[in-house]
Amino acid sequence: MEYIPNVLFTLILALGIGFFVRNIKKLSRNIRLGKDVDVSDNKPTRWKNMARIALGQSKMVVRPIPGILHIIVYVGFIIINIEVLEIIIDGVLGTHRIFAPLGKFYDILIGSFEILALLVIIAIIVFWLRRNIIKLKRFFKSEMSGWPKMDGNIILYFELVLMTLFLTMNGADYQLQQMGAVHYVEAGYFPVSQFIAEFFDGFSVSTLIVIERVCWWLHIVGILCFLNYLYYSKHLHILLAFPNTYYGKLTPKGQFKNNDAVTKEVKVMMDPSADPFAAPAEDAPMPEKFGASDVMDLSWVQLLNAYTCTECGRCTSECPANQTGKKLSPRKIMMDTRDRLEEVGKNMDSNKGVFVDDGKQLLDNYITKEELWACTSCNACVEACPVSIDPLSIIMDIRQYLVMEQSAAPSDLNNMMGNIENNGAPWPFNQMDRLNWKTES
Amino acid sequence: MSNELKVPTMAELFAAGQQPEVLFWVGCAGSFDDRAKKITKAFVKILNKTNVSFAVLGTEESCTGDPAKRSGNEFLFQMQAVTNIEVMNAYGIKKVVTTCPHCFNTLKNEYPGLGGNYKVLHHTQFLKALLEEGKLTLEGGTYKGKRITFHDPCYLGRANNVYEAPRELIRKLDAELVEMRSCKQRGLCCGAGGAQMFKEPEKGDKDINVERTEQALETKPEIIAAGCPFCNTMMTDGVKHKEKEASIKVMDIAELIATAENL
Ligand code: SF4
Ligand code: SF4
Repeated sequence: MEYIPNVLFTLILALGIGFFVRNIKKLSRNIRLGKDVDVSDNKPTRWKNMARIALGQSKMVVRPIPGILHIIVYVGFIIINIEVLEIIIDGVLGTHRIFAPLGKFYDILIGSFEILALLVIIAIIVFWLRRNIIKLKRFFKSEMSGWPKMDGNIILYFELVLMTLFLTMNGADYQLQQMGAVHYVEAGYFPVSQFIAEFFDGFSVSTLIVIERVCWWLHIVGILCFLNYLYYSKHLHILLAFPNTYYGKLTPKGQFKNNDAVTKEVKVMMDPSADPFAAPAEDAPMPEKFGASDVMDLSWVQLLNAYTCTECGRCTSECPANQTGKKLSPRKIMMDTRDRLEEVGKNMDSNKGVFVDDGKQLLDNYITKEELWACTSCNACVEACPVSIDPLSIIMDIRQYLVMEQSAAPSDLNNMMGNIENNGAPWPFNQMDRLNWKTES
Repeated sequence: MSNELKVPTMAELFAAGQQPEVLFWVGCAGSFDDRAKKITKAFVKILNKTNVSFAVLGTEESCTGDPAKRSGNEFLFQMQAVTNIEVMNAYGIKKVVTTCPHCFNTLKNEYPGLGGNYKVLHHTQFLKALLEEGKLTLEGGTYKGKRITFHDPCYLGRANNVYEAPRELIRKLDAELVEMRSCKQRGLCCGAGGAQMFKEPEKGDKDINVERTEQALETKPEIIAAGCPFCNTMMTDGVKHKEKEASIKVMDIAELIATAENL
């Protein structure tokens, strides 16, 4: 009988982790639906970027208030996770505070966890106020209604509850230690929860044990739930920010990749020795689709981008089109890409792993032409993103599809392109007049 | 004045067995747009004054393909690029300078992958280098103490991380450089990029150039300095929209320098 808690704990742990692994597998399968790109270059720079942008949060401090608060929550969560390690070992072995023999060091650890937990609670409250009372503009764009809005708050509630459970558990523990309860070794330093312990004055040992145990269990079960919540949430960025910053763009922001499929065709056209009437070779591959109309046409890095997006809206608030009331929102581009990818993934799940055409695509069903044509390609969104997401590359890939596969550019742009084709300038001027400025007064 | 401009073409120099140090890529706006032609001429005046050995392609130059590429017409872009690269490679061009950040970006970043490898400079970088080499000397007189704000062109700034060259030139003019609320990395676009120049904007509640001009006006400038012919047009329109054209001028850095030097 006495092993029931250990067995139960191990079961819950296995379940939580098992479910998480299943989600990660799904995630990785969905990301792999994207086209392959070679990102094996410049490893040292990539590691550096990851260390600087993801680990070092370098882009977050561009906006100092949320930046510093975010760093508190982030550091808090990483450090407090050391405590989770102890909880897991205790849970499996049925021990209590197994790291206690570390002595002074243990005191410092617990003490700093507590202070961080308190800071995290303060940061979370400020975040909540910014979202719900101050109503920061970037959290109230049209794409932020329904689930995304709820998601943002659920994460805050989750974290608040976890931190409160952690501190209450410590408070009860501290009180039990003071009372010399068996099993509750005197260990740790409780700068914050000692004040909670004051509320427990006069409680009996058995009541306190119940409080301590309930908090302990809820805390660890909560953490496992949170772990599994990630996949459905913008909070996935706490994991994906790392690979995403590693695979982020290294070339100058203004450099848009040259489409290799087009290069091949252009080479053939420009090659004077090529016979334009030659029959295509037997093994000639199907002509590639130019540009992207659905998630499978994007690269896997772009799909990873979509899962990494934390919906913070820094991109959208810097976007000149969005600032002047246009429909375009780079955040929505990323959210749409993720939503469509999820839809494709679910479609595959219910069709034995193959995608069955559902008559939908990313273009039109999610992202409209009006949004796409409003982009000035200014790179403000790319610069603003704290986790190296490139919404502009998706916009450009879909524009390529619209123009090269559908000839669906706005008519003004068609005129401009016609001019380039005919006279080598976007306006209807003759190429032979190109040097006239020299003699004009 | 203008007929005194010395503008050799690559073809002329080639026929004479000469090779200039640098190709001046004029660009479509610089060749055809009335406002931008003034920038082109101002820059040529500086080149002439400092005896830079340069040439233009003249009628052999064609659009870099930037607006086609940003519109999604990769095919047209690459056709343009391959044609231009053929011309430039035939002349053995090594170094290019241009007054247009869009040409600058495309030539510098997107041509190498298609066989065009050149050292490409924006004219503000080129002018800064002339200054450092002592070939160009600037006297502040004309602009001493004037409030000048610089609008970062997206394709020079964020796209290629060039923020300091134009600013240093303004400072060298002894002008008072004032920064807008959003500048450098966070500079707001003028609204022309991504081929927007050639189409009507989508429905919204304001034009981007007006928004940007308002930011510029907040700095109470006497001059809004630009480094791009398209930004120049957009900001000029913005200033007109705000009915401030009598008191505020929009000028390219090259024009500032040419005027300061009485060229
Ligand atoms: S690149 Fe396009 S989407 Fe991104 S900020 Fe600029 S206009 Fe907006
Ligand atoms: S793309 Fe980046 S900046 Fe934009 S909402 Fe997502 S995480 Fe934030």
